[in-house]
Amino acid sequence: MSAAPLPDFHDHLAWLKTLAPVGPVGPRPEAGDAGPSDLGCGRLSAAWEVLSQVLDPEVPAVSLVELGIVRDLVETADGLEVVLTPTYSGCPATEAIEQNVRDALARFGTITVTMRRAPAWTTDWITDAGREKLRRYGIAPPGAVDAGQGVPIRIVRRHAAIACPRCGSAHTEQVSAFGSTACKAMYRCLACREPFEHFKPI
Amino acid sequence: MTASIQPSTAAGVQYLLRLGDACLVLSHRISEWIGHAPILEEELALGNIALDLLGQSRALLTRAGQLGAGAGGNAFDEDQLAYLREERHYLNPVMMELPRGDFAFTQVRNLVAACWLLPMWTRLQASTDAEVAAIAAKAVKEVRYHQQHAAEWVVRLGDGTEESTRRMQDALRQIWPYVNELFAADAIDAAAEASGLGPAWSSLKPDWDAAIDEVLAEARLTRPQHTPHVYEGVRGVHSEHMGHLLTTMQSLQRSYPGGVW
Repeated sequence: MSAAPLPDFHDHLAWLKTLAPVGPVGPRPEAGDAGPSDLGCGRLSAAWEVLSQVLDPEVPAVSLVELGIVRDLVETADGLEVVLTPTYSGCPATEAIEQNVRDALARFGTITVTMRRAPAWTTDWITDAGREKLRRYGIAPPGAVDAGQGVPIRIVRRHAAIACPRCGSAHTEQVSAFGSTACKAMYRCLACREPFEHFKPI
Repeated sequence: MTASIQPSTAAGVQYLLRLGDACLVLSHRISEWIGHAPILEEELALGNIALDLLGQSRALLTRAGQLGAGAGGNAFDEDQLAYLREERHYLNPVMMELPRGDFAFTQVRNLVAACWLLPMWTRLQASTDAEVAAIAAKAVKEVRYHQQHAAEWVVRLGDGTEESTRRMQDALRQIWPYVNELFAADAIDAAAEASGLGPAWSSLKPDWDAAIDEVLAEARLTRPQHTPHVYEGVRGVHSEHMGHLLTTMQSLQRSYPGGVW
């Protein structure tokens, strides 16, 4: 990842204000011209547009679509079927995500949510826009999933450098491989002294 | 209803329950560290590992319940299977139910378990049961992190101070008699291998040996002597600790049947 200039505090505040509001997210008013009466792909694309505004409850900087956990959207006789994939087996946000999707799409009719495990979710599915939003939110985005993950064990006393999402320095260290949620590790930047989280590649 | 349930005795169901119960019971033991871990970061790590194991267990118990119904038994969901069985119908290896012990014991058990589960999930990705294969494809990614984490602690404490080395070596000595059960063969195991549901556990031993030996060498710890006894948790014969564990794990559902959050 390229080193980004350190945003000053007011820049950061200004940027925060541009974020979509955190919390229950409903259909955006401007998507109002598409509704259950619309036909064909207009309705589907309106539904995708709505879902692209539904934020992940644990990382409310990126949407479910940007995270890559909305796998498919299919029109049914009386509504929509949404195909989701879980991130981690034990992710406690799974039920909340499902409910947020139902709430957001309520006006599209009967919403069926299907959980599809295969193929297993990978951080490689996070979009480039999603990665940039993670970084600006203060979470170092995941690198490509290492093909070498299949090797038996890597006894590492030092971890690969993860660039600080605030100052861009690669002079960082891992504090713990596990963080406040299953998907993140804890790091600290030795240059700007700020702690930060890293979205683990999986 | 507070009545206990009896799961199907079909071989495929029993095979999945063995693995699902291993994840469930180990998750429970690891979660006992919440509020007791030596540092906050480790508390989060153990909590996350327990959560992954619980998620894996939920998926496996759900699938076992579905297969049980398909085999002519009652349809049980994950909660019924987790909370309403009697001790003799839990099929986890005894190692998983042993008390959490000290931090050394917990990290040694987590390493032993992760080195066992990694080749297990890897092979289960090729299961003839598509749902089991999908569960495995996700779990294998998670267990790599668990193995890495436990291995780092074992190396750090094994090749550490006189006291930490002594306690790690002691933990290894305590856990070693329970290792045999992880690789024991029987009819249920053979049926799973034959049907393509999953690998015979004995076939996982070479991978486990290689991983464990590599970590122990790096940690400058000595592999304990082989012991002959084979425990039989996978056939429902548990240690004295299992009943106590279940009274805690089941207390809510037994006291308030059907209670939900």
